[in-house]
Amino acid sequence: MIKKAWFYISLILVVGYCLSPLLWQFITSLKPDPELTRLPPVLPQTPAISHYTAIFKGHPFLRIILNSAFVATSTTIFSIIVGSLAAFGFAKLRISYKAVILGIILSVSMFPPIATVSPLYIIIRALGMRDTWWALIITYTTFSLPLSIWILTNFFREIPDEIFLAAKVDGASSFSIFYRIMLPLAAPGIFTAAILVFIFSWNEFLFALTFTSTEASRTIPVGIALFPGLHEVPWGDIAAATIVVTIPLILLVLVFQRRIIEGITAGAVKG
Amino acid sequence: MTSRESDRGYRFVAPAIVLLSFITVYPVLYVFYLSLHRRLLIFDLSRFVGFENYLFLLRDDRFWNALKNTVYFTLSSVTLELLAGLSIALLLNRQFRMKGLIRAIVLIPWAIPTVVSARMWEWIYNTDFGILNYITGIKVNWLGSPVWAMNAAVFMDVWKTTPFVVILLIAGLQIIPKEIYQAARIDGAGNFAIFRKITLPFLKPVILVVLIFRTLDAFRVFDAIYVLTGGGPANTTETLSIYTYKILFQTLQFGYGSTLSVVVFMFTGCISIFYIKAMSRGVR
Amino acid sequence: MAEILFEKVQKRFKETVVIRDLNLIINDGEFFTFVGPSGCGKSTLLNMIAGLESVTEGNIYFNGAIVNDLTPGERDVAMVFQSYALYPHMTVFDNIAFPLRMKKIDRVNIEGEVNRVAQALGLSDMLHRRPKELSGGQRQRVALGRAIIRNPRVFLMDEPLSNLDARLRVDMRGELKRLHRELRITTVYVTHDQSEAMSLSDRIAVLDNGEMQQCGTPFEIYMKPSNTFVAGFIGSPLMNFIPAVVRGFTPVEVDCNGILLSPFVDRPPERENVIAGIRPEDVIITSKEGGNAIAVTVSIIEPAGSFNWVVCNWNNLMIKGNSIAGEDLGPGDSAFMRLAHSKIILFDQLTGKRI
Repeated sequence: MIKKAWFYISLILVVGYCLSPLLWQFITSLKPDPELTRLPPVLPQTPAISHYTAIFKGHPFLRIILNSAFVATSTTIFSIIVGSLAAFGFAKLRISYKAVILGIILSVSMFPPIATVSPLYIIIRALGMRDTWWALIITYTTFSLPLSIWILTNFFREIPDEIFLAAKVDGASSFSIFYRIMLPLAAPGIFTAAILVFIFSWNEFLFALTFTSTEASRTIPVGIALFPGLHEVPWGDIAAATIVVTIPLILLVLVFQRRIIEGITAGAVKG
Repeated sequence: MTSRESDRGYRFVAPAIVLLSFITVYPVLYVFYLSLHRRLLIFDLSRFVGFENYLFLLRDDRFWNALKNTVYFTLSSVTLELLAGLSIALLLNRQFRMKGLIRAIVLIPWAIPTVVSARMWEWIYNTDFGILNYITGIKVNWLGSPVWAMNAAVFMDVWKTTPFVVILLIAGLQIIPKEIYQAARIDGAGNFAIFRKITLPFLKPVILVVLIFRTLDAFRVFDAIYVLTGGGPANTTETLSIYTYKILFQTLQFGYGSTLSVVVFMFTGCISIFYIKAMSRGVR
Repeated sequence: MAEILFEKVQKRFKETVVIRDLNLIINDGEFFTFVGPSGCGKSTLLNMIAGLESVTEGNIYFNGAIVNDLTPGERDVAMVFQSYALYPHMTVFDNIAFPLRMKKIDRVNIEGEVNRVAQALGLSDMLHRRPKELSGGQRQRVALGRAIIRNPRVFLMDEPLSNLDARLRVDMRGELKRLHRELRITTVYVTHDQSEAMSLSDRIAVLDNGEMQQCGTPFEIYMKPSNTFVAGFIGSPLMNFIPAVVRGFTPVEVDCNGILLSPFVDRPPERENVIAGIRPEDVIITSKEGGNAIAVTVSIIEPAGSFNWVVCNWNNLMIKGNSIAGEDLGPGDSAFMRLAHSKIILFDQLTGKRI
């Protein structure tokens, strides 16, 4: 009995540990400006949604959210397309030095972004692509490839070879097999990879900071980091922005927690 | 088309290879090239200086300071994450109702952007109106104090990334066959002995994987520091990535900035090789 | 329809030789089986015919045309795998229709063909189901349907019955034989089960370690095995092998565990040391004396219904024979053994080849 009580207490502590900063941010977002600088009381006396309206009115926050949405979605689509094609090649087809090439691709995920930022910046500027969506989409797609290729290769490998061979004997070309058989059978894996790539793209900061300069292409992380404030930091507005930005992610995590965990642990535990 | 050609996979792997070559391999080579120049971006000045930048780096106190900060950040946050993560993983490694919900909640800090979490904690750490000072009753300028700033950053990073560690460790724990625990208990082993002799050895490979990811990520830290302290106060939280970024985009010295980038790259390369060697030794 | 010719075919994986110098003709419309123990290379051979494995050396011809470089699709072969390899996410209909869709045949024709095949195999009620809803035998038939629908030149089957339970296996054997009689397509079958090979095939090739030991009709292989390996692999229970010494060369006379025998031989023995082989079916154990009966002691009795397999001790040599169930013989009893002299086969002890 005591053990159970201990367990539930610890559980509550863990949940508190994870959620309390967010909770505080939520409370903050509901406090009108004068109340922000007064502690106690902790809870707002006259809760207001003034901050929420503020971030959308005097500030192109909607555009920033749109940028993130478009960039993240496009990145996910491209990353999955390129990644699944490559994963199919690695999992089922013959390639010389397959292990070496796969190893090199995975090692790209160990590159520090700061190391590639300077040349990429020069290239993007030279191509006149500064402050565009495409600069981010192409960069994110590329850097997310190790992740999607890793997850998708594992899923493709699990599909029995004999199904692949049967399709070949039935006269299907490699691409037909990929499109009609491998993709449908690997659908859960594709879903998992898509979620992880989306989160990665949504949250990326360094490249977004470097490649964007105005709200034309600025994404959410940059928007939040550079939240404008003339003399004082608008804590209330920032809090509201935080909550607005976090809600979709929380929903995503709540609905897809199983898949996300599957993706994160893919291969890490089996070896 | 011969049967030999029809099942070669090159066409399928080609798009990925092309993208990766242009966007990652080529820039890495270019960074090496840049590091051997003095290059001021806006003015389009470029001069080849050989290894002069590297020599300068060796004498650059700010570089060594940044390295020290980075190492401190990495060691402390990885250690804390591992300890906290292990404890939580051990706690959650059982069947209970709402397991899915709890796991989702645990994932939330991992899922939100680092800068968003940094801003959250910035508000919490606020000297005058922050809830931390309110609850503890003290009035410390967390982010403005040379002593506390780095630790505040470490703590925030630990908060954000412990979920990742927890998830991986739970997966590793679930592989351990229950019979081994039962056998150990019958043999009279106590909890701590079981943990040391059974749980830990089984977890070693997973812990190694966790260490690789987390060490590399901590070493490359940028987002959190940028928002929380911007590298201050007085460069006490300036990590390698922050310093490099400032040189590149504030002073526009793309030559020396590239030199710093190359050095960071080499460090992460060594860390990776070290861990990969440790893993392959572990496999044997 | 196709006649398949193997010309000096060799298959190597890196340094290991998997198939050694194979020369063979499989006749048009024949049911041909490759049989042998695990690892003898029979599945590899099948994959080489299909085009799923390359030929390291030599050539394979279909009706006189080289097919070495053709893709599996181009060779117009159909294959049934051991695990059936049905497409799990497609219905039975789509599974069977798949090869036709790959050939870009139009929808109306596809529907007609699939229905025809489904009816022939008794699958008409299951066309909308998915493979995981079907039993093993039904899945097998879907795999067959997918193979038949293309009217291929060659049918390839890789141990298709191994995953079925014993009763179903016997039923399906009948199905396969019936199908082959109807469709008359050249069928190349692979199995490790010699009784399956014997009952299904027009001709059998016995393989060991990549080398073909013998090729012939089931009768030839059973009656005149070319070496001890074939003799020991085909037929159940195992043939008795008794060491013997040649005493006379013309006519051939051998001393076999103390008795003199004069078996039929095709050529003169090269050496003195030989092995006499006789199947348990041709060794009669009875309690009655008389004639050429040899005295033995019963060791083990294995009832088999209307008769028993009896293992006896013959001067410290164990030999297996059979007795009618009525004989009251038990372990330790004295009994008498009669050998069917015409059924004795001699093998050279050194090479294992039949004399």
